[in-house]
Amino acid sequence: MEIVLSLAIGVLAASGIWLILRPRTFQVIVGLCLLSYAVNLFIFSMGRLTMAAAPVMPRGGFVDPTAYADPVPQALVLTAIVISFATTALFLVVLIASRGVTGTDHVDGQDREP
Amino acid sequence: MSLSPEHLIIAPILIPFFAGALMLVYDERQRRTKLIIGLIAVTAMLLSAAELLVRSKGSELTGGNDIGFYLLSDWSAPFGIVLVIDRLSAMMLVLTALLALPALIYSAAGWHRQGQHFHSMFQFLLMGLNGAFLTGDLFNLFVFFEVLLAASYGLLLHGGGQLRIRAGLHYIAVNLTGSLMFLIGVSLVYGATGTLSMAHLSTLVWGLEEQPRALLQAGAGIMAVAFLIKAGIWPLSFWLSTAYMASAAPVAAMFAIMTKVGVYVLIRLSFLVFGAAAGVSTGYGALVLITGGLATVAYGFLGVLASQSLGRMAAHLVLVSSGTVLASAGFVLEGAGTGILAGALFYLLSSTLATAALFLLIEPMSREEGGIAALLALTADAYGLDEREEQPEVGLAVPGTLAVLGLSFGVCVLALTGLPPLSGFIGKLGMLRGILAAELPVPALGWAFVALVILSGLATLIGLVRIGIQTFWATESEPPRVLALEIAPVLVLVSLLFVLTLKAEVTMRYMQQTARAIISPTIYAEGVLGAPRAADGRESSP
Repeated sequence: MEIVLSLAIGVLAASGIWLILRPRTFQVIVGLCLLSYAVNLFIFSMGRLTMAAAPVMPRGGFVDPTAYADPVPQALVLTAIVISFATTALFLVVLIASRGVTGTDHVDGQDREP
Repeated sequence: MSLSPEHLIIAPILIPFFAGALMLVYDERQRRTKLIIGLIAVTAMLLSAAELLVRSKGSELTGGNDIGFYLLSDWSAPFGIVLVIDRLSAMMLVLTALLALPALIYSAAGWHRQGQHFHSMFQFLLMGLNGAFLTGDLFNLFVFFEVLLAASYGLLLHGGGQLRIRAGLHYIAVNLTGSLMFLIGVSLVYGATGTLSMAHLSTLVWGLEEQPRALLQAGAGIMAVAFLIKAGIWPLSFWLSTAYMASAAPVAAMFAIMTKVGVYVLIRLSFLVFGAAAGVSTGYGALVLITGGLATVAYGFLGVLASQSLGRMAAHLVLVSSGTVLASAGFVLEGAGTGILAGALFYLLSSTLATAALFLLIEPMSREEGGIAALLALTADAYGLDEREEQPEVGLAVPGTLAVLGLSFGVCVLALTGLPPLSGFIGKLGMLRGILAAELPVPALGWAFVALVILSGLATLIGLVRIGIQTFWATESEPPRVLALEIAPVLVLVSLLFVLTLKAEVTMRYMQQTARAIISPTIYAEGVLGAPRAADGRESSP
């Protein structure tokens, strides 16, 4: 499972970085989305990988923490998802405004001379 | 629930939050009401910040360093989120409020009329700033960073126009990437140590084994990239000058403190986590701060010399200021004594006020015929705003405009170049004295710092005086018409610089105590972890 997850994060991050460095605004926003998926998976994996373990412990008595998943990264990743979703939506608005004002989808607002 | 004095600690976050939310209820045309709510909120913020400052100075008993805590939902420290107020945070809170008041007054002269929800976004920006200064938890810091960034995206685009949209696109893309780096760093730190509380982290660092230590250092490094982007360190700062130049004047004045948030977090975390008590990790990243800071100062002063407009020049001056503070923080992290840090903090205060004043001066100084009325008509046209709703108030024009403008500009020049008698000189002198007295592992870096600080002062002088001559002496046109509302905030900032100079001894003593508290993080850490819960207090004394 570790290999699969790290491959997924790696591929997402690599494609995200490639796309961010492209000159078209649409490519940049897709790149940012992919990169934020990679980061969210990464945060999630920082609570150590466990299979079929609940994140919340029962009340009272001694509980073995190794039988449960770490709830903190799960809480963090929810916040991170919401925030990156909202900021990406905002970026989309600016992107459309830029397309409307400049008439091109180049990130600098003008295509470079060939 | 009784309202104990501890609740004041959360006031700088709650006041702008409620004020900003309340403004959303009002229609966009009731700007005057919004402005009044905003002014009341900022004044209340200033008062509470000042009270917190007085409180954190403490008494003789506490060794002049009284740290206040606020446990949210009464969860004890490493498990819940905690707000911490100490000398450094209190100073930054006061500085934020002192900048916000003039910027808000300035916006009343016309800028707040040029787009939607200016006042709400302004308050949310303040909320994010104050939260970032107060929080004692890494993930909470991320949340407040996002709050202030989201508000700053809106404010940067305020007023519209092609230049702003293009600058805003770059600014948002850079900062979104920075936020993702921040997240990677935070989660690495959590994976390595299992905690997000800064205080808990600082007690754990020295006992870490080889493997988690490497992870922690990697996480801290990646996280630092996010803060360094904010602080505008050299290779990560190319977005900054365009974005600051493009933003509306009151927004740019507030942005003068946005780079300082990055600097603040770097100072706080470096000394807390990699300070003297960190064992093997002590001084991690100091060299990056020093060399990066020096490169930023060099880039900044070359930029000042090359700039043709006052806006771009002011943006490069922001870079010079944050580079200087970062480099001196790096020297202190290497073990160069607290004198430099005290000088650097003093310099930070004076240079932030002066650059903010400069950003506010740009518009009145470079105003062409027609002035603000033409500007308003233009943007109202572009926006299709209903012009009948509110005639632009033809405010009181200031007599002797050129004299007032010129004198304020002169004061800013003196403060920024670090010439006596104004406050910039005192800060720079403090830093240089500290660096000459310190025994550095690499003396060449110290000399490079001395040379760069002096050279950057010279470059600032040349650049600003050139602009001053063009505007005040070599012009033949009629003096510009400047509203009282536009010049009053500048005068407020300039008089703050004078107060800072006159009260230099008191301020410098405060800075020295602050610097001493910063380099001994155990007080902070033990205080936070031992902060008593309100429920415990009730049980023991019913």
